[in-house]
Amino acid sequence: MIGLGHYLVVAGGLFAIGLFGALAKRNAIAILMGIELMLNAVNLNFIAFNRFLAPAQVVGHVFAVCVIVVAAAEVAVGLAIVLGIYRRHLSTDVEHFDWLKW
Amino acid sequence: MSGFTLQGILANVYETGAFWLLSLVALGAALAVVGLKNIVHSAFSLVLSFVAMAGLFMLLEADFLAMVQLLVYAGAISILLVFAIMLTRRPEGKMQESNPFGRYALPAGLVAFFLFLAIAALVLRVSWVSGPGVPAASTVGPLAEAFLTTYVVPLEVAAILLLVALVGAIMLAGGGKR
Amino acid sequence: MASVETVFLSGDQWLKNWLFSWGMPESWVFLCTVVVYAVAVLLFVFANVIFLVYLERKVAGYMQQRLGPNRVGPGGIFQCVADALKLLGKEDIIPASADRGLFRLASLLIFIPATMLFVVIPFGREMIVADLNVGLLYFIAVGSTATIAVLMGGWSANNKYSLLGSMRAVAQMISYEIPLAFSLLGVIMLAGSLRMSEIVAAQKDLWFVVLQPVAFITYFIAATAELNRGPFDLPEGEQEIIAGPFVEYSGMRYALFFLAEYANLVSVSALAVTLFFGGWQGPWLPSWLWFVIKVYFMIFLFMWVKWTFPRIRVDHLMGLAWKFLLPVSLVNVFVTGTAIKLFQAMGW
Repeated sequence: MIGLGHYLVVAGGLFAIGLFGALAKRNAIAILMGIELMLNAVNLNFIAFNRFLAPAQVVGHVFAVCVIVVAAAEVAVGLAIVLGIYRRHLSTDVEHFDWLKW
Repeated sequence: MSGFTLQGILANVYETGAFWLLSLVALGAALAVVGLKNIVHSAFSLVLSFVAMAGLFMLLEADFLAMVQLLVYAGAISILLVFAIMLTRRPEGKMQESNPFGRYALPAGLVAFFLFLAIAALVLRVSWVSGPGVPAASTVGPLAEAFLTTYVVPLEVAAILLLVALVGAIMLAGGGKR
Repeated sequence: MASVETVFLSGDQWLKNWLFSWGMPESWVFLCTVVVYAVAVLLFVFANVIFLVYLERKVAGYMQQRLGPNRVGPGGIFQCVADALKLLGKEDIIPASADRGLFRLASLLIFIPATMLFVVIPFGREMIVADLNVGLLYFIAVGSTATIAVLMGGWSANNKYSLLGSMRAVAQMISYEIPLAFSLLGVIMLAGSLRMSEIVAAQKDLWFVVLQPVAFITYFIAATAELNRGPFDLPEGEQEIIAGPFVEYSGMRYALFFLAEYANLVSVSALAVTLFFGGWQGPWLPSWLWFVIKVYFMIFLFMWVKWTFPRIRVDHLMGLAWKFLLPVSLVNVFVTGTAIKLFQAMGW
């Protein structure tokens, strides 16, 4: 029987993979993908907790919807920033993004 | 043909198999997102990961959220990502090396790996007990009620956030200049 | 009459009894019936699609005062068989610079959402594969994933026309998904459910097209654009970007994209019938026959529009979705909500 622990371990794995992607990648869009994976893992956690600890309520679902909204807003603004930088410097490589450094 | 409902499917022995299959696909596709060298391939495996996760939501009897996951992540966010990739092709255009690892790949890998070990160890140490009650047959009604009564402020905040992000994204992408 | 009405249901029951008589456990019987349903849905889709290719050419000919296909078989009825044989026999060409894996995958992926949509369509009384309680949302969500295959095909061919075409297609499909979903909200509010069977049941006395004419027109326009059909067929505008996302495809792979388009035409028409024209309900004839008749009426409407209006410009296309259809459908939702509250207050 599949219990809460199984889902939490899967979500933890997804979160770790997303974190690795966000930290290790050089392409800014790949970093955004890593962040999306992490947010998804969090959603999975919310829904799993809701299903097993308070099945009669939908509090976890409410949280998950808010996370999805934030993820959508984040990806739209993030990609707009990446596009803006690319238009000026013809690069999406975060190791070239050093104009704030002196 | 209506004898078999979704709950009927989920109640039987396939649940375990479906869980393992979906989580393996989700995790494998997520690894491919990080590991593949071609960023377009990464983006498409991200879609696969999202779809598998929608299946996991379905297993958790979150039917509404599974559909929202498909609609928002697989249908919109990933498309947006692919669009951005296509708009930011490098001048030399080498897709094979478009998604390289950075300088900190090794420490990042170690951090992520030990984070996963810590999470897994903690989760497996706890003996989880199921809470009282049974899940509702459909989450759409209860979710709507929760959003329009108890959680009406978060709903409005989320709506404003989306509006602000929409305007901000258009301005940042250069639509406001002309 | 009753036996004609329930011919498919009794077939289903007979199959289950037959399987049980072999001493199969319930889960195996379930698995077998799922396979049978899948094959039945696929057969329905393929039979209709093949007929539609012929019908489209006949309708086009009629609209343009010519005969259309008339050489192969009586009235040209076997034209599609000849076409299919030709496409099957063609060489499967993959361009040298294409991303081979994605190029192959895209032509297969396009068909998955197109057939998955039929799972929630009520074909007749109690003839629905899975009556999900989020049926309508399922339809919209699965339909929205079709864009991925289009984008994949256009990108992997590594051709500027296919890339331009696929980006046009995706921009158009994403823009028109929003008015499409909002136009359905009015129906959902009236029916009070996302479950297809309940939406059909709610139209027992009055079809929703009478109560929601604005929603129906919005749906019709948005669905035409979703299907990339004329007058919104910019992604494959032959005169500008040859055949859009599918330029480099040949033979059977091209046929798969082509078939998926017609499968989507059937599913979108079936949804329109379910939501606005009372689904399978109707007097005298068996329910599934009513359903097919109504679906073909809708398909004829789509073809009529395609062969009547000229193609519109790309900026007009986006303007129509965002500046006209979206506000109209929002106002429709508002008016519907107010009317429902008003009727409840008056105690009807």
